[in-house]
Amino acid sequence: MTWETVIGLEVHVQLSTKSKLFSGSDITFGAEPNTQANIFDLALPGTLPVFNESVLKMAVKFGLAIDAQINKKSVFDRKNYFYPDLPKGYQVSQLDYPTVGPGSLEIKLENGLEKTININRAHIEEDAGKSLHEDYQGMSGIDLNRAGTPLLEIVSEPDLRSAEEAVSYLKKLHTVIRYLDISDAIMAEGSMRCDANISVRKTGETELGTRTEIKNINSFRFVERAINHEARRQIELIEDGSSIAQETRLYDSELDETRPMRSKEIANDYRYFPEPDLLPVIIDDAYIDAVRDELPELPEEKKQRFISQLKLSEYDASVLVANREIADFFEKVAIATKDSKAAANWVSQDMMGLLNKNNCSILETTISVERLSKLILRIKDGTISGKIAKSVFDLMVSDSSNVDAIIKEKGLEQVSDTNVIDRLVDEVIAANPSQVEQYRAGKEQVIGFLVGQCMQRSKGKANPSQVNSLLKEKLS
Amino acid sequence: MALNEKNIKDIAHLARLKIEENEVVESLTDFSSILSMINEMQTVDTENIPPLANPHEQIQRLRKDAVTESNDRDNLLKLAPKTTDGLFLVPKVID
Repeated sequence: MTWETVIGLEVHVQLSTKSKLFSGSDITFGAEPNTQANIFDLALPGTLPVFNESVLKMAVKFGLAIDAQINKKSVFDRKNYFYPDLPKGYQVSQLDYPTVGPGSLEIKLENGLEKTININRAHIEEDAGKSLHEDYQGMSGIDLNRAGTPLLEIVSEPDLRSAEEAVSYLKKLHTVIRYLDISDAIMAEGSMRCDANISVRKTGETELGTRTEIKNINSFRFVERAINHEARRQIELIEDGSSIAQETRLYDSELDETRPMRSKEIANDYRYFPEPDLLPVIIDDAYIDAVRDELPELPEEKKQRFISQLKLSEYDASVLVANREIADFFEKVAIATKDSKAAANWVSQDMMGLLNKNNCSILETTISVERLSKLILRIKDGTISGKIAKSVFDLMVSDSSNVDAIIKEKGLEQVSDTNVIDRLVDEVIAANPSQVEQYRAGKEQVIGFLVGQCMQRSKGKANPSQVNSLLKEKLS
Repeated sequence: MALNEKNIKDIAHLARLKIEENEVVESLTDFSSILSMINEMQTVDTENIPPLANPHEQIQRLRKDAVTESNDRDNLLKLAPKTTDGLFLVPKVID
């Protein structure tokens, strides 16, 4: 019997505004506890919320980027629950009138198939503070710096059918958010968080199975593992004749398992109602058009432009546009060198290899746009060979001096001096009589071996095309 | 819907209200009469009338995104019964 996994994701993204959603407190990450929590964030009596205009704009931006319906009227609601890191006793959210309505995102799977994932809504809400459960004299510590940080909660429809699809959707969402520059979206730091609703059903069935909600998934890799684990657990239960309990579970990445969160004696009832301290938010077409005019070029458009304008392959273009900083870096190098193919190869292979190795962003290495462009130009003007350029690149990683200086200091210039190459070719011909004879007897592929010998003797510095033509000339 | 004493206790728990055993019956009577008033209101035909989010016919004003508050931790921590290392302390919570 085959099973199908049905997944919907709820993604919380911390918006990178300067101040909080409803107060003028700073939201910079990593500050000393409670130094960014003011009287409103602490819910002292008499304080009132005032809505931050940047939050609205960022939400609308996101909505336009996923072709969503932008609601001209949005209303804030109170979601009531008690927890020490939520001083007001309610979270301000949007229930019936979210700012962003239905939209969609295209994902591309490893087998090349494309799929549309529908997004139900994206609503604005407040983040809670942090509870620290280390033992403080037998008590819990509360840090309210994060309380009131603006969040956009993006809710997908249950359109995802595998862990691979879920990760692909999440990565696409991440790319779009980074292009829009509305959040850092760093899962490890919690500025992008993901809850997964998961159910299973027999292939071909149309009814949805009972779902569980998995919380606390804080990396792309764990999303994949948590979904696979939870789907397997549900299938085993059903095959054993048991049923699935609708519950919230935590993913434990160390044990690679999900387990139920402590169930409450009485089901939680959030008792939503419209937030009386805030008025409805109304926007008009002029506002939406103004935000649309500010939208940057999005990954899909950039990819098409790279293909048509810069003549990149579909594959190279996809790899480069997945990260906005990398795409911008590539484009600058392509312009500076007037060689988009070389720029694409160097950025997608050598630069991205370096980033993976050092686990850093393209803006954090010693290789700047200017330095990489200079390196490529030195291959194009014949100063160094393509092969030597790889060694120069490795040297550039640890040596931030001028590219020309590195080439000169290490004596890596390509040798194009006819006299030197002439001597080199004569030496190789003299040293390899049997290969020379084979070539003359018509075995033309032996030329490759002889060129290789010349390159080796010159330590890679001889101009290979000159060597090639001179060899052929002397052997004919 | 008719309420019973258990409903009253559950609702009190959700709202973190402490009600004594002898207050349960009294609360049940109060609650039930409020509910019946609401039931009466439900009979009004509201078809084609959009829900009202706020009685004021005004729209939300927006605030410029700027940091206007500064660190006031020392004063604010003084309001709490117990603090340490810049943290507010509360009875242990595990979830």
